[in-house]
Amino acid sequence: MEGISNQEVRQFIVFKLGNEEYGIDILNVQNIERVLSITRVPKAPFFIKGVINLRGEIIPVMSLRLKFNLEADEYTDDTRIIIVKIDDNQIGMIVDEVKEVLQLTADSIESVQGVSGINTDINLSFIQGVGKVNNHIVTLLNIKSLIDSILVDSLENA
Amino acid sequence: MDMSQYLEIFIEESKEHLQSLNESLLQLEHEPGNMPILNEVFRVAHTLKGMSGTMGYTKMQNLTHNMENVLSEIRNGNIVADSNLLDVLFKCLDALESYVDEITNSGKEGNEEYKDIIDELTNILSGKSKKVDNNVAVASSPEIKAPVTEDNITNNITDDSGDAIDVKEAALTDFEINAVREAFARNYNVYQIHIFLNHGCVLKSARAFIVFRALETHGDIIKSIPKVEDIEDEKFEFDFTVVVISKDTKEDFEKDLLSIAEVDQVIIKNVLLSDKIELAAEDVKEVHNTPEFDRQSNVSRSMADDESDDNDSSGKAKRKAGKTVRVDIDRLDTLMNLVSELIIIKTRLEGIERDKTNQNYNEAIEYLERITTSLHDAVMKVRMVPVERVFNRFPRMIRDLSRKLDKDIELIMSGEDTELDRTVIDEIGDPLIHLLRNAADHGLETKEERLHSGKPEIGHIYLRAYQDGNNVVIEVEDDGRGINVNKIKQKAIEKGTISYEAAANMSDQDIIDLLFKPSFSTSEKISDISGRGVGLDVVKTKIEALGGDIEVKSELGKGSKFIVRLPLTLAIIQALMVRLGNEKYAIPLNTIQNIEDINVSDIQLVQQQEVILLRNQVIPIIYLEDILDVPKNEQCNTITVVIVKKGEKQVGFVVDGLIGQQEIVIKSLGKYLSGIKMIAGATILGDGEVALILDINTLV
Repeated sequence: MEGISNQEVRQFIVFKLGNEEYGIDILNVQNIERVLSITRVPKAPFFIKGVINLRGEIIPVMSLRLKFNLEADEYTDDTRIIIVKIDDNQIGMIVDEVKEVLQLTADSIESVQGVSGINTDINLSFIQGVGKVNNHIVTLLNIKSLIDSILVDSLENA
Repeated sequence: MDMSQYLEIFIEESKEHLQSLNESLLQLEHEPGNMPILNEVFRVAHTLKGMSGTMGYTKMQNLTHNMENVLSEIRNGNIVADSNLLDVLFKCLDALESYVDEITNSGKEGNEEYKDIIDELTNILSGKSKKVDNNVAVASSPEIKAPVTEDNITNNITDDSGDAIDVKEAALTDFEINAVREAFARNYNVYQIHIFLNHGCVLKSARAFIVFRALETHGDIIKSIPKVEDIEDEKFEFDFTVVVISKDTKEDFEKDLLSIAEVDQVIIKNVLLSDKIELAAEDVKEVHNTPEFDRQSNVSRSMADDESDDNDSSGKAKRKAGKTVRVDIDRLDTLMNLVSELIIIKTRLEGIERDKTNQNYNEAIEYLERITTSLHDAVMKVRMVPVERVFNRFPRMIRDLSRKLDKDIELIMSGEDTELDRTVIDEIGDPLIHLLRNAADHGLETKEERLHSGKPEIGHIYLRAYQDGNNVVIEVEDDGRGINVNKIKQKAIEKGTISYEAAANMSDQDIIDLLFKPSFSTSEKISDISGRGVGLDVVKTKIEALGGDIEVKSELGKGSKFIVRLPLTLAIIQALMVRLGNEKYAIPLNTIQNIEDINVSDIQLVQQQEVILLRNQVIPIIYLEDILDVPKNEQCNTITVVIVKKGEKQVGFVVDGLIGQQEIVIKSLGKYLSGIKMIAGATILGDGEVALILDINTLV
């Protein structure tokens, strides 16, 4: 990978949702699973698909598509659940496809303010920046604020 | 020195000591002259002093030190333990508790010195000194006072070099006598050395160890009272006796031993052989040289030590040597999780279609089932703690309340040995305190009112615990004024909780249940004991969070009774699996009353509510499918109704089908879905699928 300077290199898991590519910090990612059978949880926020049994642990699963106001998921062979962990709480995120692990130096990450007009459906606080690699652009998610917003949603729902 | 590794032990043990101090003080209040109790109080204060000193908590040490001074004067009969004095001692206890709390939270003892309490303690001491002048010096210099009293008798012989004792006096066994005899034959001296440690000595066993090492440089130790093991375990007061064989003189010993810090006094006596035993000396000498005999001698020596120890201990405080291990609750949780996993896999194996011809497989499965059940029970038992742990702080609380409220209250507890899961125990304290305070403040009348209504002046609060099937029931009952239904009704209407019309139609029980509605406090004046606005609803929420429920029964003028029902365990329950559409749900079995097949035509409508009539009881029915947004199935002629009971209330749940009874492991849905109240958790089924557990409390 080119452009590795003396600066700190961060690694991101890149996944696809529709035509967009997103990245999440690899440090938040526990593992990546194929779609398991999901048990629906009544009265949960609309974007929570339910819970799964991941090796004896019950983990809620959300649809990033629904969360980002995209069309509902269509499960294919490429569909994956990315399990992330924030402050000891695990949650799964359904994505269309997991692409690669991307190494980015700080200077190849641009702040959100720098890029205007990107995907307006997404709350800007969920985005921590935009990574530029070769010719394509990866939206880097702020996973903590994204997950924290679930808590608010699920509490409002209760 | 880094003490952090001992911090946890210190906290745990301090709490235990404080608890026993609490109990002893309460007893002492009833029987001020009871010596064993007084000794116990003294012992605890002393231990706490030592412990806090070791850990470097000087303020705590100082307070216990002052406490000890006063206690020792009570023990000597110079001060009488009257109620004022006990108040001060209770204050000490509170102060110590807050020290320990502070240490638990921050690892430091904080800055509070409790000067006022210490002043009170010193005042008590000086007040006494006017009456009994002679002892003032002793009392004000406690570090040295204790040995003095004990040693008065022995003092004069200490420096008497001609003093000697016979082997018999030294309580030696035959084999030790042989050793002594041999020593004499080789021109060794035998001494019995009595060593007194300073009463301020904190690490007694460590000090004793240094003493032993010093002794060993001079010669061989052939006997020690108490046994070396006991000394290592600090199972001795402040003195111990050894018998040493050495070539050195008494003076050498004395000089060396007294140079050790915290050794207050050393009494050395020559051990002599009486003639009679000396006659047999030669035979034994041979025997003594054979190795087997040596080993045997060790055995019998320790046996003999046991005996002498028993005689010795009569004067000492008896300590219970419980065979227990302190285990971190997290480790138990891990163990419980593993057992849960095992149960899941067992259920899965059971689910695999059994090959009828394969007898071995079936037997193995059945065996596995028995073992997992026993294992589960065993692990459960390990986690069980008697409710005593919670109850034991209540007598003190009631005592304080009764003083504060100026009511005579007697707390009568029963079933303290009833056991509950540790997690439940940790959580149940606050709700119970709340209920007891309510009973004392609102429930019981004032003395005048009680006399006026022909009741005995002393109000009673009963706290009972007992096991009832898979539940533990805790009752808080008082013989006070009872709940005034009309007053609640009025208040509820005033607050807009219910309408006037609704109130008219409500049964007394329904109205009493209004007490559990948020922010419903009927007490007319807010006292600092109860009625802070956080009411019974908090109690109810807490208890329901533990998977239990609470109900109240009351009779006006006779008293009220709060009944708290708690599950024995939180982790694994028996449940009925039901089918709703394509989904599976678990209903805790203990909530289920019965299951009925009902003809659709039997459903009646009462006030827009579908009900069924079952054995002359009207039971409202709820379509779980609707509540849980399950895609609807086509209607049949008969429906299956699972009737659940919560307190007195019965509700029928309509389900699509029954799957069966199963042991399930409750798992949390996690933080993100904790807001969903009607689901109590999830469980993993044998096939790896997840089923949700219904929370009956919120659904009914």
